[in-house]
Amino acid sequence: MQNVEEKIQEFQRALLSINRIKAAEVLREHYSRDQDFKQLETIINQSLQRIGDGWQEGIVSLSQVYMSGVLCEELFEDYLPRSQGERKDTPRIAVAVLKDQHSLGKKIVSSILKSNGYEIIDLGQGLEVEKLAQMALENRVEVLMISTLMLSSALEVAKVKELLQEKGAEVKIIVGGAPFRLNPHLWESVGADAQGTDASDILKVIESMGEDKDG
Amino acid sequence: MGKKNLTSLDRVFTTMGHNEPDRVPLFLSLTIYGAKELQIPIREYLSCAENVVRGQLLMREKYKHDNASAFFYGTVEYEAWGGEVVFRDNGPPNSTEPILRSIQQISHLEIPKFHEQPCLRKVLEATKLLREYLGVSAPIVGVVISPFSQPVLQLGFEQYLQLLYFDRDSFNMLMRVNEEFCVNWANAQLGAGATAICYFDPLASPTIIEKELYMETGYPVARRTLKRIKGPTAVHLASGITLPVMDEIINTGTSGLGISSKDPLDKIKESAREKVCLIGNLNALDMVNWLPGQVEERVKSLIAGAGPGGGFILSEDSGEIPWSVSEDILMEISEAVQRWGNYPLHWVEDYEEA
Repeated sequence: MQNVEEKIQEFQRALLSINRIKAAEVLREHYSRDQDFKQLETIINQSLQRIGDGWQEGIVSLSQVYMSGVLCEELFEDYLPRSQGERKDTPRIAVAVLKDQHSLGKKIVSSILKSNGYEIIDLGQGLEVEKLAQMALENRVEVLMISTLMLSSALEVAKVKELLQEKGAEVKIIVGGAPFRLNPHLWESVGADAQGTDASDILKVIESMGEDKDG
Repeated sequence: MGKKNLTSLDRVFTTMGHNEPDRVPLFLSLTIYGAKELQIPIREYLSCAENVVRGQLLMREKYKHDNASAFFYGTVEYEAWGGEVVFRDNGPPNSTEPILRSIQQISHLEIPKFHEQPCLRKVLEATKLLREYLGVSAPIVGVVISPFSQPVLQLGFEQYLQLLYFDRDSFNMLMRVNEEFCVNWANAQLGAGATAICYFDPLASPTIIEKELYMETGYPVARRTLKRIKGPTAVHLASGITLPVMDEIINTGTSGLGISSKDPLDKIKESAREKVCLIGNLNALDMVNWLPGQVEERVKSLIAGAGPGGGFILSEDSGEIPWSVSEDILMEISEAVQRWGNYPLHWVEDYEEA
């Protein structure tokens, strides 16, 4: 276990310094010795969680969180057999940016979840309320992750929820983005089911929704 | 010892000089909020300089804050660079697609000319009108987006991060163009009557970009750019934490620093003393949740922490009061500053946070 902990730290350092070659090397070395896919998953998962926690604590930047997610997603694709990586029986998860064009948060969440074996439907950015609700329905989405940059856009999540409910769709909504991070009660007031403020958060929330589905 | 009955301009300059004025100055970043005051749609409000000037003057009368601004909206420069903005009925105009489709297009980027850009001309006209109305009674704050942060809109955040991490030549090429525009735009606003320039640089915050990368990229840009702006400046990181890069920002020679509600006030005040005037740090995005009666204590706590000795302007932390914040809350902020912000702040000695 100590060896895995060392690898997590080594991998995390490589991610934070945006060193793809080193990050790949850490995973490759570890896998070639033990052939243990679960441990690779642990290394990736734990590293991203710690980086996300670091952002919450103000010691890691958003750009490092983003680049780490991108690197992990690439490595997950490159070094792990896809059939082994995918999770089974997860809810249909989609991610979108409501009204705003900034897709960084969407990409971070997407990368983190893909690096952990989840399939994510990307609905795009700059979507109006009606369009987003329609796309969620068309794609039979069960968990909808909505990212926003502006407060005015964040407040529109309530309308998305309303439209989905009108159509009888039972879609869980997870929100994220600066307005929710800076206003800790906003997610409740817009009727979201949860908010994801960092990597560890989003994984826990998604995992708990998966359990709800199983239960 | 506090002075008596100063104008807003004297009050602000006194505190920026690290002396105690008559009371703690209050800056309210009221932009599109003026549309509420004039009871017209946001798009119409932002369509001409006269509306914005009327809104600014009426709001100053109502909330008794110490600043005025001809800042229309954050994407006005993006619009001048060729971007398309979308107007909303409950928030500021938003950007659409990035202006540059690829990094290769940086070499074709042309610096916008003010006289050819109606969106910029309106800002200059409003600045001029505000100066005519206000004379030397109040500071008029001009606004620029830093050359370092503007590419988030020019290129999109993801593409810009690739540039920052992996393509320093293209980054430097883009900074040369952006710096030139930023300096010219800031100086044009000063020429039109702005008292000082707020240099918005959200990417300078370690919340967004790690300090090591900032020191190699955005910091030298800020140093070069701020030196060429011919008037006082304040650097604002738009809600992002400031403390880890505070000494460096002070070294750019700026006179003011916008601080985040996430920054520890005691440490920030200690580092700022006699070096830079703090501006902040009520949580603007949380204001929508505030209830009447909850405001006074927040204002008192802020004044107690940052007010003594001057060098402090009470404000919010994001650079814009959200549309959905109620007028009652703004009124309470104003009243609390009038009540508790008068120098000398003797009550602070016995103050214990509730």
